[in-house]
Amino acid sequence: MSITLRSSRPAPPRSSDDEDTRLERFGSTRRSRFTRHMILCLVGAFMMYPLVWMLSSSLKPNSLIFSDLSLWPTEWDLGNYAEGWTALPYDFTVYFVNSLVIVALSIIGNLLSCSLAAYGFARLDFTGRKLFFALMLGTMMLPGHVLLVPQYILFAKLGWLNTYYPLLVPNFLATNAFYIFLMVQFMRALPRELDDAARIDGCGPFRTFWRIIMPLSLPAFATTAIFTFISVWNEFFGPLLYLTDPELYTVPLALRQFVDSEGQSQWGQMFAMSVLSLAPIVGFFIAGQKYLVKGIATTGLK
Amino acid sequence: MTAPTDATTVREAVPASAAPRRFTVRGPGRERRRRRRDRAGYLFLLPWFIGMLFTIVPFFASLYLAFTDYNLLNDPKWIGLENFAEMFRDENLHQALKVTFIYSFVSVPLSLAAALGVAMVLNRGIRALPVYRAVFYLPSLLGASVAVVLLWRYIFGLDGIVNGFLGWFGIDGPAWTSDPDYALTTLIILHVWTFGSPMVIFLAGLRQIPAMYYEAAAVDGASKWRRFRSITLPLLSPIIFFNLIQSLIASFQTFTQGFVMNNGGGGPANSTLFYNLYLYQQGFNQFHMGYASAMAWTLLVIIAAFTALTFFTAKYWVHYDN
Repeated sequence: MSITLRSSRPAPPRSSDDEDTRLERFGSTRRSRFTRHMILCLVGAFMMYPLVWMLSSSLKPNSLIFSDLSLWPTEWDLGNYAEGWTALPYDFTVYFVNSLVIVALSIIGNLLSCSLAAYGFARLDFTGRKLFFALMLGTMMLPGHVLLVPQYILFAKLGWLNTYYPLLVPNFLATNAFYIFLMVQFMRALPRELDDAARIDGCGPFRTFWRIIMPLSLPAFATTAIFTFISVWNEFFGPLLYLTDPELYTVPLALRQFVDSEGQSQWGQMFAMSVLSLAPIVGFFIAGQKYLVKGIATTGLK
Repeated sequence: MTAPTDATTVREAVPASAAPRRFTVRGPGRERRRRRRDRAGYLFLLPWFIGMLFTIVPFFASLYLAFTDYNLLNDPKWIGLENFAEMFRDENLHQALKVTFIYSFVSVPLSLAAALGVAMVLNRGIRALPVYRAVFYLPSLLGASVAVVLLWRYIFGLDGIVNGFLGWFGIDGPAWTSDPDYALTTLIILHVWTFGSPMVIFLAGLRQIPAMYYEAAAVDGASKWRRFRSITLPLLSPIIFFNLIQSLIASFQTFTQGFVMNNGGGGPANSTLFYNLYLYQQGFNQFHMGYASAMAWTLLVIIAAFTALTFFTAKYWVHYDN
């Protein structure tokens, strides 16, 4: 896939965003610039509206959510957060801790296993490397649902149902080919001379990886960590399939209980917990925007 | 075989056992070195190799299960093509295919068009680009989360803000989420809302089209539309192609949206019964593991066919430099 992207480059890429703000592209007049800002603001407002509405609804008393149309609550009610936190069979403390544990371990697993594999593919030469690399790219295209049934059976036979193993172990086994690919692309861009110098100084491949390549690949590590955070934090299907004990539920599974238990009237609490569940993603996004944008631009990752 | 110029080419071109004699000048240590080098490579790939077992074995296992009747309790029973014959009769499955196709073929082009449109507006040297990009990109990170699908349910509810908004124009909005005619539409709108990730890819592609092409075209008197048709589209076509395949593959596998929208049922009246949602019901509610595997392989073949079709037609509309 990278080939399709790369072959579209007739000229070396222009570098930064700052340049773009200064850049006067052909045919750009003051009036057309104004129109463009208007359009963008309008579209942006439309897109942000649902999120802002959710935030505002989480701060309103239940009776006003659908009747009070103003985004600035006329009557503040922070009680939604306090009550929502304890509204389900277990406190949200439990669900958040569960989610955090899974996310943290998934990040560690992906970083470790994918970077090892990526270094192997990018820098080492061994029999069958090209074949394995092609196989890796193939699994990147393979829709996950094909593996679902046998994996479930396998995990059931291993006694892993209703544990976190099915969610965690694959991450320690570099099953996320996208992250390997991302790291391979990054490592290939690092100068080879570094490896040669390290070898002359007596470093084996492991020391070279650990002391030279890994520290230099930190941006790719950051991208992988952020993507892992967002996808695992959002993940619904895996936990739904493998976790049955409510004590083990992650935040998304817990949120769904708000509509399962069909109180139907506790919207405020539901929105309050929804806001809290999205907050870490927004936070990570703001902190890591640079890496995210670079990451999807190089691999086309979601 | 032509004379190779260095040892590396030889190593890759011929099996080790057939290595030409003249390259053994480095002595008997060569074989040992190669083995040591292989060992290091395989060691780095060890987690991946084990992980591949978790991929390859289930891959073929599910192909086998597709021809069996299996409920997790008894041993799988070989029934030949019976699962596939059943798929021809199963009306829910036809509904699931219909829902998934409509969803994919409407929402993917719409969101790609939105992504391209906004990317083009953003590309032409604009102040505050990072802010805009962040605003447009953020929804695509949230779109698959349970919180946002729940939010969608209430925004489009009978008394939700969408109908409130339509009410200003005197339009009496439908009960979006509980009306079978409109439930899927709300999910298509949700998909379009997440146009940010293809947009970022388009933006990266647009930045690589040299401005001089546009300048030259404008000097020749080409209209805006003409410049878009003759410069932007062809030069961007590989990236459009890439985005199209990625988005189609992803949208064929939609699950969470349908599950959360109607409490796991795919309702109202099966109008949001996505293929993978029905697969989940068959496999993990009813424990028809064989049937679910047959469904999984059918979808795999459908996805592969569409990908192949896109690749095949690519030569007519995807423009590669050189």
